Amino acid sequence: MMVDNKLIIGLSGFIPVHINLLSTFINPYQPLSTLINLYKMKLNLKIWRQKNAKDNGRFETYQVVANEHMSFLEMLDVLNESLTSSQKEPVAFDHDCREGICGTCSLVINGQPHGPMGGTTTCQLHLRHFHDGQTIVIEPFRARAFPVLKDLVVDRSAFDRIIQAGGYVSIDTGQAPDGNAIPVGKDVASKSFDAAACIGCGACVAACPNSSAMLFVSAKVSHLALLPQGKIEAKKRVMDMVNQMDEEGFGMCSNITACEAECPKQISVENIARLNREFIGSSFTSTEKA
Amino acid sequence: MKSWFFRFFTSSIGKKLLMALTGLFLILFLMVHLAGNLQLLYNDGGVAFNVYADFMAHNPLIQLVSKGNFAFILLHAIVGTVLWVRNRSARGSQGYAVQKTKATQTNAGFAKNMWYLGVIVFVFIIIHLLQFWAMMKFGDVGADVNLVDIDGKQVKNLYALVEVAFTNMPFVFFYVLSMAVIAFHLWHGFQSAFQTIGWNHPKYTPVVQFLGKAYSVLVPLGFAVIPIVFYLRHA
Repeated sequence: MMVDNKLIIGLSGFIPVHINLLSTFINPYQPLSTLINLYKMKLNLKIWRQKNAKDNGRFETYQVVANEHMSFLEMLDVLNESLTSSQKEPVAFDHDCREGICGTCSLVINGQPHGPMGGTTTCQLHLRHFHDGQTIVIEPFRARAFPVLKDLVVDRSAFDRIIQAGGYVSIDTGQAPDGNAIPVGKDVASKSFDAAACIGCGACVAACPNSSAMLFVSAKVSHLALLPQGKIEAKKRVMDMVNQMDEEGFGMCSNITACEAECPKQISVENIARLNREFIGSSFTSTEKA
Repeated sequence: MKSWFFRFFTSSIGKKLLMALTGLFLILFLMVHLAGNLQLLYNDGGVAFNVYADFMAHNPLIQLVSKGNFAFILLHAIVGTVLWVRNRSARGSQGYAVQKTKATQTNAGFAKNMWYLGVIVFVFIIIHLLQFWAMMKFGDVGADVNLVDIDGKQVKNLYALVEVAFTNMPFVFFYVLSMAVIAFHLWHGFQSAFQTIGWNHPKYTPVVQFLGKAYSVLVPLGFAVIPIVFYLRHA
């Protein structure tokens, strides 16, 4: 039985996946490449290339043939494979777990940190959300505190220094059973957990017209300050973390809420209000004079 | 070592708090100012308004609050400018080629441009002060401002000054436009001030947001109606 592949390609957007797959099974002699061709898409990429931190950088355009089941980073892998095989410098980009939990991937895709989908990281973004022939502009996160190191890789160690300034609990909290022995209200635990979902990727800074890191800092402060184990050092923590945030040269929140909209973990700006409360309260009531 | 107080008010959140508190004071001031101005609408040749202006100019408590008001306007403008400069430098020199947001909040456009709106408001305030306040306080009686007899008391005729200004078409246009700018500034500023002081609560934030929107429309509208009424009466 013959199947008109051209017709199927043309209709692939409308026919459910299992019917497309079925057509492959109908013809057992159809090669695997045909299956790949079913979902093939050509993309035009406009990518920021920058040799090193001192280079001025510029956009370069590339064409890549991918398929719609690939993740965004897999598409960049395909591009890099072809660049490498033609003796060209591959595009540098950050990635690690590729399952949306490490906070390493970044990129501003068509003007949005982590791309057009809400509540996902770049590594969780798939090409089915783009269309054949589309032009995609890929830029690094932009902020003075996040200098570009190479191509799409930026230095986010400012976040590490903020965490080092106080984003931890230094008292002995015991083992897991000890944690369960301390009663914590469900609503408070949920709020803390929602804040703890922050993966520290820096999309909030990238999205903020002021390059403010206040959504990140507020998530870290809230996550610990809401729980009994974190309350003990809460005053010193918030003051040290905000001081470090200011020293790193991040901007100041204008309550624009672009950060909340782009955050892959959907951290709420309600946390920023809590950060303000914690900081104002701690500054006036802590017994340290300087 | 600098004092904790200085360090607090020069920190990012400290500066934001200064903006919020001075902003909230100026919001209250606007309401009182409007209550006074609405007396211009009495069709009594300005008696009620002139009595009120004379009271405001001579009451020691009002005079003290007005000094604070000037200080807060200046502080709001200076800290706002410092924030704007710092925020621009935090962004860095290289901008995005494409910029898009998933944010649906309608005041994001105003929020990003608070400084520009603020500069227009500041210029308006300077012109406003030179035209009315400075004339009343430092103007020569007989040349800049005339006296009017109300119940046997000689008071400066502010109503006449206002009447001249509000029957001048270009000025009415400028005044109404400035009120629109103030409305945009308040549309974001009112609710943003509450977020900055840490007041974000599932029960009260929707109320604050509603009040902010109502205030930012009604109060500037109240101010803008007065010159329009004057101009129409004159014409």
